[in-house]
Amino acid sequence: MNATNRPVAALHQVVKRYGTLTALDRLDLEVRPGELLAVLGPNGAGKSTSIALLLGLLRADAGQAELFGRDPQDIVARRRIGVMLQAFNLPPTLRVGELLRLTASYYPAPRGVAESARLGGVDDLLTRPYGKLSGGQQRRVQFALALCGRPQLVFLDEPTVGMDIEARQKLWAAMRALVAEGCSVVLTTHYLEEAEALAQRVVVLGRGRSLCEGSVDDLRARVAMTRIRALSDLDAGVIAGWPEVQSASREDGRLIIVTPAPEDVLRRLLNADLATSELEVRRAGLAEAFTELTRDDAGANAAEQEAA
Amino acid sequence: MMSTPAQHALDSVPLESLSMSRGRIARAYLEEARSECLRYLRNPGFMLPILMFPGLFYLVFGILMAHSDAAGAGRYLLASYGVFGVMSPGLFGFGVSLAAERDNGLLTLKRALPMPPGAYLLGKMVMAMMAAAVVVLLLMAMAVLLGHVALTAGQAGALLVTGVLGVLPFCALGMWVGTLFKGQAAPGMLQLVYLPMSFLSGLWFPLPMLPKFLQTIAPAWPSYHLDVVAMDAIGVQSANVLPHVAVLAGFAAVFLGLAARRLRRHG
Repeated sequence: MNATNRPVAALHQVVKRYGTLTALDRLDLEVRPGELLAVLGPNGAGKSTSIALLLGLLRADAGQAELFGRDPQDIVARRRIGVMLQAFNLPPTLRVGELLRLTASYYPAPRGVAESARLGGVDDLLTRPYGKLSGGQQRRVQFALALCGRPQLVFLDEPTVGMDIEARQKLWAAMRALVAEGCSVVLTTHYLEEAEALAQRVVVLGRGRSLCEGSVDDLRARVAMTRIRALSDLDAGVIAGWPEVQSASREDGRLIIVTPAPEDVLRRLLNADLATSELEVRRAGLAEAFTELTRDDAGANAAEQEAA
Repeated sequence: MMSTPAQHALDSVPLESLSMSRGRIARAYLEEARSECLRYLRNPGFMLPILMFPGLFYLVFGILMAHSDAAGAGRYLLASYGVFGVMSPGLFGFGVSLAAERDNGLLTLKRALPMPPGAYLLGKMVMAMMAAAVVVLLLMAMAVLLGHVALTAGQAGALLVTGVLGVLPFCALGMWVGTLFKGQAAPGMLQLVYLPMSFLSGLWFPLPMLPKFLQTIAPAWPSYHLDVVAMDAIGVQSANVLPHVAVLAGFAAVFLGLAARRLRRHG
């Protein structure tokens, strides 16, 4: 693959404003050759804007967007990418095979229709009109379209929204296969387990900035939280006031405590309620790390300072 | 031969090797046009109104109600309903689909994909021209078979060419409207352009039957000029068509320019 470690796509100190709203605030972002990069962040964090800039759909107000070392609006650069956007309707009267054939025609050395269909798991749908497919099937067709041009970089914006578990697993496998071929993937997703399962690197955006960047493990380590789950009659509101407790709540009748100091909290919990049972203690996952990182104001600022 | 590290670094960014051959680019244009045609010719919601209204009007006014002077009225109305019929694939084919695709994300996707820049518009143009040809052929078949209008091969060919090229200024106008309105607002706006313009150009009632003032402003409408060309084509009324063709070309250029500017600015 790419011998140099030059990023396949990058944003350099990019500022993008919509009126008075600053969507991206001097954001730096790099996609390295052959990696699957997950871009996470709450709504409005700037994920879609970042993708749109890398695709040449928007122009930066300041800074620079780069695709294979070129302006993303340069069609030569875009001949190396595949795209699956979040919300769009393909022509309902065209058949799946026709859509693949059309999209492949834009590329210099595309995959054959049969190969694309197989990779996307739509080989049995080729003669069906797109409008007659289920939502999940349509997403698979869109995925097949994203890779039909034999791209070196694929943008997948919320690819598994509306898919059932089986379809999602299949798409995950297809994404892994793409990466194994040396293709870079930029994935935005709401499903943290998706990033956890697939990403080599994760970037967390918040209010137009990069809050944190690293491997999934780095990210978890960054927020050294532990989750305690137990059956207890203690009041969650009271426990939330204990020292070293980040949050306490009740879910399905069970007490959930998130803390950076599990030993202290456990000792106190067991003393306070001798009837505590069904105790579970585990390291926080990406979800908790993510919540911690993107907690508004105090949390986000702390994380930013930490990152800086 | 071994490559030096410097060469290797260059090899790793083989952009030029990815340049498209002329043949492949032409193929992309062709595929785009083919897809647009297939897509709309398969969509009865698009083709039926385009064929039905001019066809029905012509059947009633040009054939059933024109017994006394069958050939004369039939010929006259073949030109004007032909123009009426040609306007709609241009206005609606371009305007409605562009407005919808700006709204539903398809245009965004196409702009992100490496589609050759002109393919999108060219594809829609070819589709509108095909639909215009179908309308003209339908009306001519009705005129000859049911209305006993005698058309020479030359006249038929001239009307077909008039229709197929005459759709282009309406494509440009439709495209411009499609850049002004998004989604479902466009069809209504286009009706507001289509129906009054047809009436004011004398496509429904011959111009001499309209008030003097409306006759005076008729040359402001492109459909008036296309009607003059169409009437000349099938020998209703011969005219020097060149100035009218020039007006139509200018009209197309102006609206294409306006639309292209808006598309670049607003997407």
